[in-house]
Amino acid sequence: MPGFPEAQPLEGLIGGLLIGLAAAIMLLGNGRIAGVSGMTARTLGLTKGVPWSIASLFVLGLILGAGVHLIFVGPIEATFAPGWGWLVAGGLITGFGTRMGSGCTSGHGVCGMSRLSPRSLIATGTFIGAGMVTVALVNAFGGGW
Amino acid sequence: MRAFLSLVSGAVFGLGLAISGMMNPARVRGFLDILGDWDPTLAFVMGGALVVMAIAWRVQKAMHTPVVCEEFHLPGTQLIDGKLIGGAALFGIGWGLAGLCPGPAVASLASNFVPAAIFVAAMVAGMVLFRVTER
Repeated sequence: MPGFPEAQPLEGLIGGLLIGLAAAIMLLGNGRIAGVSGMTARTLGLTKGVPWSIASLFVLGLILGAGVHLIFVGPIEATFAPGWGWLVAGGLITGFGTRMGSGCTSGHGVCGMSRLSPRSLIATGTFIGAGMVTVALVNAFGGGW
Repeated sequence: MRAFLSLVSGAVFGLGLAISGMMNPARVRGFLDILGDWDPTLAFVMGGALVVMAIAWRVQKAMHTPVVCEEFHLPGTQLIDGKLIGGAALFGIGWGLAGLCPGPAVASLASNFVPAAIFVAAMVAGMVLFRVTER
């Protein structure tokens, strides 16, 4: 992509269409929001609402879907943060924040924004903004990776 | 049937995440790095997903019930409060630190088990912590 040598717009678009299709299957088939943080919390018994079978099989499906890619498409490129400190800190805050804010990139970002839900539009703007500020601060203090 | 559809939905979601590049924390971090070498890929992923779901919501409005369940269970609250904004801001900080959000983190248990499991375990601990403090 001109100006952005690292970008993968085509892969991104295809993947995005599949993510939208997945959320549409959950919405039109089961009448539920395909929100990963909520489904994960429900699977572990931390919330009520969604039937456990729907939540747990959705979460299992996420792992299987990545496995399908590994078997039939190829390896999944990934560079993780250097050291477990980033993962632990990021994970803790993500878990707390997604429950407190009732959703993450899938529930608020994909499902809520496409419904033009004011709550989701504000939540998504907030977490993208907070993420950008965080990355800028980490870089400014020399912690970039 | 509804259990099967859940599994299919999750699997299509996971495959989509894998194809999109969003299971690469460095790439997600690149999207958030607007002052550095910005990587716009995440915007294409979100755009593709939003187009399909915008259509799905129009279809949903014309339906009385979902295909395999008795009724729609959709969030009805309109409340915009400190909990929503504070929670979203915290999530954004965590997202920026590790380059992972819940979907790619869970899906990465299939491809990069050790770092994914560390993040997911910490995420679950954070969820438990919220549940404890909520009371």
